[in-house]
Amino acid sequence: MASALINVPATAKHGDIVEIKTLMSHIMETGFRHTETGAVVPRNIITDFSCRYNGVEVFRAELFPAFSANPFLAFFTVATESGTLEFRWAGDNGFS
Amino acid sequence: MTMWRMIGVVGLVVASIARGDAAEIAPDQRRSGLSFMAPETQAMQSDDTANPAMLAVLDGEMLWKQKAGAANRACADCHGDATASMHGVAANYPAYDDLLARPVDLEQRINLCRVRHQQASPLADESRELNALGALVARQSRGTPIEAGGDVRLAPFVANGKGLFMRRQGQLNLACANCHDDNWDRRLAGSAITQAHPTGYPIYRLEWQGMGSLKRRLRSCMLGTRAAPYQADDPEMVELELYLMSRARGMSIEAPAVRP
Repeated sequence: MASALINVPATAKHGDIVEIKTLMSHIMETGFRHTETGAVVPRNIITDFSCRYNGVEVFRAELFPAFSANPFLAFFTVATESGTLEFRWAGDNGFS
Repeated sequence: MTMWRMIGVVGLVVASIARGDAAEIAPDQRRSGLSFMAPETQAMQSDDTANPAMLAVLDGEMLWKQKAGAANRACADCHGDATASMHGVAANYPAYDDLLARPVDLEQRINLCRVRHQQASPLADESRELNALGALVARQSRGTPIEAGGDVRLAPFVANGKGLFMRRQGQLNLACANCHDDNWDRRLAGSAITQAHPTGYPIYRLEWQGMGSLKRRLRSCMLGTRAAPYQADDPEMVELELYLMSRARGMSIEAPAVRP
C-alpha cells in the first residue's frame, strides 16, 4: 500500500521556476539491522526516483540505505509549457 | 571512594534546595511540544505535503472505506464521511465507555467498534492500520480545544492518573512530574524536556521513523526512567493518558504532529 504526497503549484507563468515537493511512503529498511536472533533484516529501500515533464526527464535521484523512511525529495524546474509531470519511484522487491 | 560519595551527596542536597519542588504548570504557562521544536521540524509538521504523518492519514482514508469482519461493514457505512462525523471526536478521548464502565482511549475505541459493530478481530497495538485510523480520526479534530476528562464519571480515573504522574518509579526513581512539571524549561542531553501535553497524537516521531500512539510515547518515557512500562491495555496506561489530556484541557489539537 504505497501512498505519496506531491505538491506542485497548479498554475505558473511561462518561464517561472517552480518547486516540486514529493513525499513517498516507504520503510527504507537499511539491510544493516539484525533481529533479536541475529538474522539480518533484508534491505528494502527505494533506489531510484525520476520525474518526467511531458516525457522529458527533468530530475533523477539515486537513493541509498542512509535515507530516512518516507523519503522527502524537493527540486526545482522551469515551467515551459502546460502538461503532465510523471513521477517514478523504483526499489527493492520490485517496488515501483 | 568515601570522599567521592560524600561529594555526590552534598551536590544532590544543594541541587534540591536550589530547585525546590515546582508546582503544576499554570494554565497560561502551558506550551505545546510544537513550540519546543526546531523551526525546520515545525515547518515539516505545518505543511501537509511534507508531514509524513499525513501518509498515515491517507492510509486511514482507505481503511475507513474498507469492509471488514463478519458484519461486512466499513467504518464509512455507519459513520459516513470522516471529515464530518469525526470532527472534534478525538478532543474528547479517552472517554467513558458505558459497557466497560471505565475510560477507553481512541485506539481502544476503534478496536471496540471493530469487535462490537464490524464483528472483526481487533487490530494489533501500534499496528500500521490502527495508527492510520487513529491519525485519520485525530486529524479531524485539528484546531479544536481538548475537552477530555470533563465527564464526572471520569473523575476517579483522572485522580488515579494524576497519582501515577506524581508517583516516583523505576530504577532512576523519577516521577513524570519531576521532569514535565518541575524541569520543562530545561534540557536533557541536549533535548528539550517539554511539558508533556499530548496535543498531536498519534505522532510521526523522527526517532522512530514512523507513527506511534501516546501509549508508545509513554512506554519510551518509562523505559527511559528504567521503570517497567505499562502494557497497552493496562488500566494505568489509560488513566495516565486521561490525566495528561485533562491536564491539557483547552489546548488546541494539532494532530497528526511531527516530533523529533
